[in-house]
Amino acid sequence: MKRAIFLAPFLAGTVQALANDWGMGEANSKIERANIFRPLSTPAHEISTLAVFVLAVTTVIFVIVSGLLTYSVVRFRSRRGDDGSEPPQVYGSGPVEFAWTAVPVLIVFVLILTTARSIYTVQAARRPPQAVGVRVVGHQWWWEFQYPELGIVTANELHVPVSDPPGSTPTFLELESADVAHSFWVPRLAGKTDLIPNKTNVTWIDPQEPGVFLGQCAEFCGTQHALMLLRVVVHPRDEWDRWVSAQRKPAAGDPSVANGRRVFESTACVSCHAVRGSGAVGRFGPDLTHLMSRETLAAGAALNTPENLKAWIRDPAAIKPGALMPAMNLDARDLDDLVAYLVTLG
Amino acid sequence: MSTIEHDAVIERPESEVSGLGRLHELVTTVDHKRLGLMYIGSALLFFVVAGLQAAVIRLQLAVPNAGIVPPQVFNRLMTVHGTSMVFLFGMPILTGFFNYLVPLMIGARDLAFPRLNAFGFWLWLFGSCLLYYSYVGGEGLYGAGSAPDVGWFAYAPLTERPFSPGNGTDYWILCILLTSVGSTATAINLIASIVGMRCPGMTLRKMPVLVWLALIWSSMILVALSPLSAAQVMLLLDRFLGAHFFDTQAGGSAVLWQHFFWIFGHPEVYILVIPGFAFASEIIPVFSRKVIFGYEVMVAATCAIGFISVSVWAHHMFSVGMTPAGNVFFATSTMLVGVPTGIKIFNWLATIWGGKLRFRTPMLFCLGFLFQFLIAGLTGIMLAVVPFDWQLTDTYFVVAHFHYVLIGGLAFTIFGAIYYWFPKATGRMLSETLGLWHFWLFLIGFHLTFDTLHFAGMLGMPRRIYTYQPGRGLEAYNLVASIGVLFQAAGVLVLVINVIRSLRSGAPAGDDPWDAWTLEWSTSSPPPEYNFATVPVVQSRRPLWDAKHPEDPDWRYE
Repeated sequence: MKRAIFLAPFLAGTVQALANDWGMGEANSKIERANIFRPLSTPAHEISTLAVFVLAVTTVIFVIVSGLLTYSVVRFRSRRGDDGSEPPQVYGSGPVEFAWTAVPVLIVFVLILTTARSIYTVQAARRPPQAVGVRVVGHQWWWEFQYPELGIVTANELHVPVSDPPGSTPTFLELESADVAHSFWVPRLAGKTDLIPNKTNVTWIDPQEPGVFLGQCAEFCGTQHALMLLRVVVHPRDEWDRWVSAQRKPAAGDPSVANGRRVFESTACVSCHAVRGSGAVGRFGPDLTHLMSRETLAAGAALNTPENLKAWIRDPAAIKPGALMPAMNLDARDLDDLVAYLVTLG
Repeated sequence: MSTIEHDAVIERPESEVSGLGRLHELVTTVDHKRLGLMYIGSALLFFVVAGLQAAVIRLQLAVPNAGIVPPQVFNRLMTVHGTSMVFLFGMPILTGFFNYLVPLMIGARDLAFPRLNAFGFWLWLFGSCLLYYSYVGGEGLYGAGSAPDVGWFAYAPLTERPFSPGNGTDYWILCILLTSVGSTATAINLIASIVGMRCPGMTLRKMPVLVWLALIWSSMILVALSPLSAAQVMLLLDRFLGAHFFDTQAGGSAVLWQHFFWIFGHPEVYILVIPGFAFASEIIPVFSRKVIFGYEVMVAATCAIGFISVSVWAHHMFSVGMTPAGNVFFATSTMLVGVPTGIKIFNWLATIWGGKLRFRTPMLFCLGFLFQFLIAGLTGIMLAVVPFDWQLTDTYFVVAHFHYVLIGGLAFTIFGAIYYWFPKATGRMLSETLGLWHFWLFLIGFHLTFDTLHFAGMLGMPRRIYTYQPGRGLEAYNLVASIGVLFQAAGVLVLVINVIRSLRSGAPAGDDPWDAWTLEWSTSSPPPEYNFATVPVVQSRRPLWDAKHPEDPDWRYE
């Protein structure tokens, strides 16, 4: 009985997980899992190689020292029939102390040299002229991606070209924050770099294969730190060109959804959101010009389907409790019209 | 021999003291032993509370997308758990042990400043209560706040007014300011006592290792807590008087807070773990029946740790965007601190080597400490390798690493110390059977929880998230980690039962149940208020060894 009471919250949680993941469980399972030991970009690769070396060194140390410990615990246990006399007292030994000081110093020396080399490889890399530049701005709790040279602004899903050998096109990211500290982390592409207000940090990636890579904010940034998710979409070159030209277009102007557009432009939506080519120029929330080109909503909290979009506008806190977007309190018809309009923003 | 004898004539009959009178005695006492036990008792209370908070945290994270607590409540739990474990459990329980033990071990009748000691305790206790009072008092305007929810290191500018309305953060600041004053008072007291009140014959080179480490510990507290207090005052100025130290929206610096916090925060890690070293250095020799190997080197290594530890703080900030040269510097200093730490492990190993090990509960916990602290040190080396740290920092790998240090290292030695000195403080033994249950349950639970969390971190799970989505390969690790909590909780429950039972009906301990060698075992259990009837005179680091082995005394070899 006691046990059943204890398990109840576990079961309740499981049930809720099935009911309530807004399609993300299935979406995630289609993407290869994050793992720092399966790198696909130079910085992550550099780190992974170094990490394997460090793991090897520490494993050897662990095996030797824990082996000695285990041996001495077994070997020197007091035995039955012991005469109760005290063992010989050994007060210390200079040469032995010297030996186990010198060996760790040598190990540390080697580790520092390899560490320094990797630090410079990653941090001192020069930005080549053909690199793609992205300005990343952290917000509570979503990511803004600006491509100043391409005139694109998008959110939460970073699109970059593949950077395979024939002509490398790495992406250099300038990291800034609009509010508190965040941290940009996509384990298979690079280590973390923080987004600090009043400071511009730089990191870079050069993904070797097309695909989708999961990441998320790694510095505690308030209530919804957990759902400040991030995905990087790496395109083959031709697909990248198509994505760029699609994103540069202004928003679609479908006359059949004029009602929804009127709702959007006459309510508080425009205070925070921008739709290029319309009167909406808010910058506090994500740019919605090509909303439906994104796979997820609310920084990866929900799959971007019309039903989830509707649920999100009706009550953002149901999907992402604490999110800064308020519930819009629209009546049913306005809500339907609004969703119909937003769905045309491809 | 006569110098270390005692007589217990002036005992006060316990039964004559009424309940109210006993309370009055607790409130007015300036006795280092009572205050020590009050520190330990209250700290253990906070340990249980903060442990239960951890249990709720693990319950919420046991499965993906669980809805047991909303994010706001989770963030408060994690902040109060971290703050409690560091400032309301770790620091005060160590303060308590040193308070209790140091005068006994140096053959003194109390600390140098008994009233300062009592002042420090009460300041600490009420400061601690402020943290929990924030749950009801932290509301602020329009009910905007509750307990602090900014994480235990409270990075700016999340703590500034725009992002942290209400008074939760203010209570957090006040709690830390006041508890820091308590710790500082104890540190001053210990230094003065150790420097000035040692019994005749106890030169610096003849102090027990624990006393040496208490001296180093106190000095580190004086150095490390001042920048913390300064930062808290600056943050208070920001929040109440419109200063802009950390207010980035008015040009303040977010990184400045990190420097201030970690130049406290990293020495703090050693401030927490050095007392663990001290306990292990007393317990391991006694249960190996051998003198500590390399006394001078042990002390020197701890001094080295103390000095190096104030130059490593920015290894918490490798992802903050420092220059490559800055990163190399802090990687170097951090790895260097591994050298003296390694030396200590080797010396404990050499102490065990050739001994006759007695596997009583205190020794078991210290052996667990040796293995676990070895692993914690090695994962620490991994985190010092800057590029590796770029992947590992702020993930569950770090959570696993520092719980290995603070539970696998520190908590294990604290448990060992409780079993070791309980007979001295109460006159009764703790049950060995229950001790074994406590040890094994806690050991299994600890490894289930924290071994697995290393892997969750390497698979992309950041720390401080209230939930994670299914389908990311994190489910199994988190479920196993949460199951481990049940074992740990059961272990602590066994300890509580053991303490209560033994207080009532434990076997009488006698003065020296472990056949040990330092001065506290020469007086009665519990010691009289004046500790020693006649001030002891010592000739070596192990006065009781000399007394028990007059044919082969230590002072011939030291």
